[in-house]
Amino acid sequence: MIVFDGVTKRYPGGTVAVDNLSLVAPNGKITVLVGPSGCGKTTSLRMVNRMIRPTSGTITLDGRDTARMKESDLRRGMGYVIQHAGLFPHRTVLENIGTVPRLLGWDRRRTDARAHELMEQVGLDEVFASRYPSQLSGGQQQRVGVARALAADPPVLLMDEPFSAVDPVVREQLQDEFLRLQDELGKTILFVTHDIDEAIKLGDQIAVLRVGGVLAQLADPAYLLNHPVDDFVADFVGRDRGYRALSFQPTPRLPLRPERTLLIGETTQGVAQDWALVVDDANHPLGWVEPRRVTGEIRSEMLHRGGTVARASGPLRGALDAALSSPSRRGVIVDDSGSLVGTVQAHEVLNAIEEAARPEVADPTNPGAPAR
Amino acid sequence: MINDVASWLLDPAHWTGPDGVPARTWEHIWYSGVSLLIASLIAVPAGLLIGHTGRGRVVAVNLAGAARAVPSLGLLFIMVLFLGPRLSGDAASLWPSLIVLIVLAIPPILSGAYAGVEGVDPAARDAARGMGMTGWEVLSRVEVPCALPLIFSGLRSAALQVVATATIAAIVGIGGLGRLLIDGQAIRDFPQMVSGALLVAVLALLVDLALAGVQRYAVSPGLTGRTTTRGGGRAATDADGTTDADGIPAPGAVFAGEKELAVRREAGKTEPRHNS
Amino acid sequence: MTWFLDHVQDVLDLAVQHVYLAGLPLVIGLLLALPLGWLARRYPGLYTPFTAGFGLLYTIPSLALFILLPGILGTRILDRSNVLVAMTVYTVALLVRTVADALGAVPDDVKQAATAMGFTRFRRFFAVELPLAVPVIAAGMRVAAVSNVSIVSVAAVIGIPQLGLLFTDGFARSFYDPIVVGLAACFVLALAFDLVILAVARLLTPWQRAGGAS
Repeated sequence: MIVFDGVTKRYPGGTVAVDNLSLVAPNGKITVLVGPSGCGKTTSLRMVNRMIRPTSGTITLDGRDTARMKESDLRRGMGYVIQHAGLFPHRTVLENIGTVPRLLGWDRRRTDARAHELMEQVGLDEVFASRYPSQLSGGQQQRVGVARALAADPPVLLMDEPFSAVDPVVREQLQDEFLRLQDELGKTILFVTHDIDEAIKLGDQIAVLRVGGVLAQLADPAYLLNHPVDDFVADFVGRDRGYRALSFQPTPRLPLRPERTLLIGETTQGVAQDWALVVDDANHPLGWVEPRRVTGEIRSEMLHRGGTVARASGPLRGALDAALSSPSRRGVIVDDSGSLVGTVQAHEVLNAIEEAARPEVADPTNPGAPAR
Repeated sequence: MINDVASWLLDPAHWTGPDGVPARTWEHIWYSGVSLLIASLIAVPAGLLIGHTGRGRVVAVNLAGAARAVPSLGLLFIMVLFLGPRLSGDAASLWPSLIVLIVLAIPPILSGAYAGVEGVDPAARDAARGMGMTGWEVLSRVEVPCALPLIFSGLRSAALQVVATATIAAIVGIGGLGRLLIDGQAIRDFPQMVSGALLVAVLALLVDLALAGVQRYAVSPGLTGRTTTRGGGRAATDADGTTDADGIPAPGAVFAGEKELAVRREAGKTEPRHNS
Repeated sequence: MTWFLDHVQDVLDLAVQHVYLAGLPLVIGLLLALPLGWLARRYPGLYTPFTAGFGLLYTIPSLALFILLPGILGTRILDRSNVLVAMTVYTVALLVRTVADALGAVPDDVKQAATAMGFTRFRRFFAVELPLAVPVIAAGMRVAAVSNVSIVSVAAVIGIPQLGLLFTDGFARSFYDPIVVGLAACFVLALAFDLVILAVARLLTPWQRAGGAS
C-alpha cells in the first residue's frame, strides 16, 4: 500500500508541482494518476521512488516512510516503467531484463532463467533474447520494459505513460495484455497517463489531477464518469462520458429474441427476412447475408462482417454497440463460449439502460473505494 | 620522382641503424603513444565527470577551445626555452614535444568523452536510476558503455593529429619520422622527404585502423548496428539528445561504423557548442 | 611588453600576412568542399571514399607539404602560393566530411516536403538544404579556421613571413618576448576568425535566433 500524506513539491522559484496530495494506492490494485500536462502526475509518481524528493509531507510504503529507506534499496524493490522504455541500447533483451536481479546479486543462471520466464509472460518470442533494443519495434521494446520492471518480482510497479509512444492498435494490445498480466500477478500499481480512456480502461481507481498538482477527484472509473465532481473533471473526462460509462454497467436480462440462422453452403430459399444471420457448426455467429441478393449456396465471402458481437454477461456498452453496428439493426448477443443466444434491438438496450440505476457512492466518506 | 621515392624506400641502407626507418618509426610511435596515454588519463575522466554531472561544461569547452587555438610550433619553442635549461640530454627536447602533443590531444578526447555521456538516451539514464543504480553504477554500467563510440571517435581524431604533428619534434632536435623531413630538407634530398611524409601518413592510417579494431571489439553491437539479424524496428535511442562530439571530424576515420556515422550526423542537428 | 611596443608595426604586418595565408584558403576550401560534400551525399557509394580519402590529406605533416609543394607545383620554395595551396588542402580535408554530414542532417521530411512542392534538386539544394546545413558547416569552419591559424605558423620554418616568424626568430635568439607575442597574436586571430564565422552564420540563419528551438 502506497500512502501519500500531505505531499507537496515546490521548486526553487516558487513553482508548485504537487500541492498537498493525499492519496492511498491500495495493494493489488491499479491506481491511475491522470490529468493535463503540468498537473504534477509524473512528479507525484517519481516522488514514490524518490527520483524527486518531496518538499513536505510523507510517502509511506506498507507503513514505512520512504524517506527513511536507502534510495537504491527502495528503487530495487519497485518496478519502474517509462514512456520510451529506456532500454539500455548496449545490452541484449535478456541482459536488459536481468538488470535488477544482477544488481541484487543473483547469479547469472538464476537471472537468465528468470528473464526467459518473463519474456514468455509478456509475450516475447525466444528469438528476441539475444537481440538488441535497436532491433525491436516500439511495442516490443515496451514489453521488454515491463519485463525488466517485473524481473525481481517487486510488489510495487510505477508506470509513467508506458504505452503512450506506441501506435493505437499496439497500445490496445499492450493494455489488454497488461490487464491479463495484472490478473495473474496482483501488483500494487501506480500508473500515470494523460489519456482518460486509458485511465478508465486500466484503473481500479482514478485520481484526476488539475494543473498545479491539486487532486480534483479520486474515484473508481464508473463513478468518475457518472459523477464528475466539477466542471474541470467533467470536461477532462470528456463529452461522450455517458456512453463510455456504459462500459461499467453490467448488462441486465435483455429481452432477447431468437434469430433464424443459416449455415455456410445452405441456400436462402424460403427466408423472408431482409437480413439473415450465418453461423458455424458450433452456433458461433459469422456474419449477415441479404437473402434477396443471394442466389445459390451461401459462401464465406458473401458475409457482411461489420457488426460487433456482445457477450450477454458483458457491459451494456457492448450490447448497445452490437445493435448499432449491425446491418440488420439487431445486435448479436452470445454466451461466454461465443455461441449465439439471440439478438436485441437498440431501443430495447436503451430501455434497459433507462431502468438501470446509476452507480452511487457506497461510502460517502471514501468516494474512491473501488467497486470493481 | 615516384621512382626516386620508391628506390629510396627500397634501399636497405635506409632500414637499418639508429637513423633507419624502423628506429624512427618506433620513436614516432613512442612519442605519439605516450602523449595520447597521458592526454587520455587527463581528458577521459574529466570528460566523463563533466558529462555525468553536467557541471563544468562551459569551463571545459572554453579551455579546450583555447587549447586548440595555441599554435603547436610556438608552444614547442617556448617549452624548449623554458624547460630546456631545467632538463638534461634528450629530455630537454622530449618533454616540450610531449607537452605540445598532449595539449593537442586533450580537446578532442575531452569533448568526445563529455559529448558521449551527455548523448546517452535520457530515458535509459532515468530507467537506470529508477531501478536503483547508484551514481557510480549508472556511469560505469550505462553511461560509459553507451558513450564508447564517441569516446573512440575523439580518441581517433586525437591520434591522427598527434601522429601528424609529432613530426615537429624533429625541429627541436629529437627523433621520430620528422627527422627524415628535417634532415632531408637540410641536404635537399626530396625522395627522403617524400618518403618521410608518406611514412607518417601510413602510420596515421595504421594507428586509426588499430583503434578501429579495438573499438569494434569494445563497443556493444547494440550501439553500432553491427547486428546479425535485423528487426523491422526503429532505433531505440533517439539521438536528438546527442550533442556535438568534437569539431574535428576525425579526418581519417576511415572505418567508422555505420552507426557511428549516424551518431555524428545526428550530432550535427543540435547547434555545436564548442568555441574558442 | 617593451619589445612588443617597439615592434607593433612589424607584428601587424605579419598578422596581415597570417590572415591572408589562413583566411583565403578557408574560403577557397569551403567552395571546393561544398560540391564534394554534396556529391558524397548524392551518391552514397561516394560517402566513405570521399570523407576518408579527403580526411587522409589532413594526416600529411604540414612541414612536409610546405617543402614538397614547390617540387609538385613548380613554384619557388619561398612562394606564398605553396602555403595557400597547402592550407586549402587541409581546409578541404576537414570540410568535405562536415559538409556531407551537415547535408545529411537535414531532416528527410523537410527535403521531401520541398520536393513535393516542386523544387528541382538544384533549387532545393540552395533554397532548403544549404541554409539548414549552415550551423553545422559553420561549426566545421570554426575548427578549420583555428587549425589553419595554427598550421600556417609552421611555414616560418621554411621562411614564409607571418606570425610564425616570431617563433623561429625568438627561438633562434633564445628570446621569450617575440614567441609570447606571436602566441598571443595567433590566439587573438583565431578568436577573430571564430567571431566572424559565428557572426556570418548568425546572419544566415535568422530562424535560429527566434525562440531558440533547434
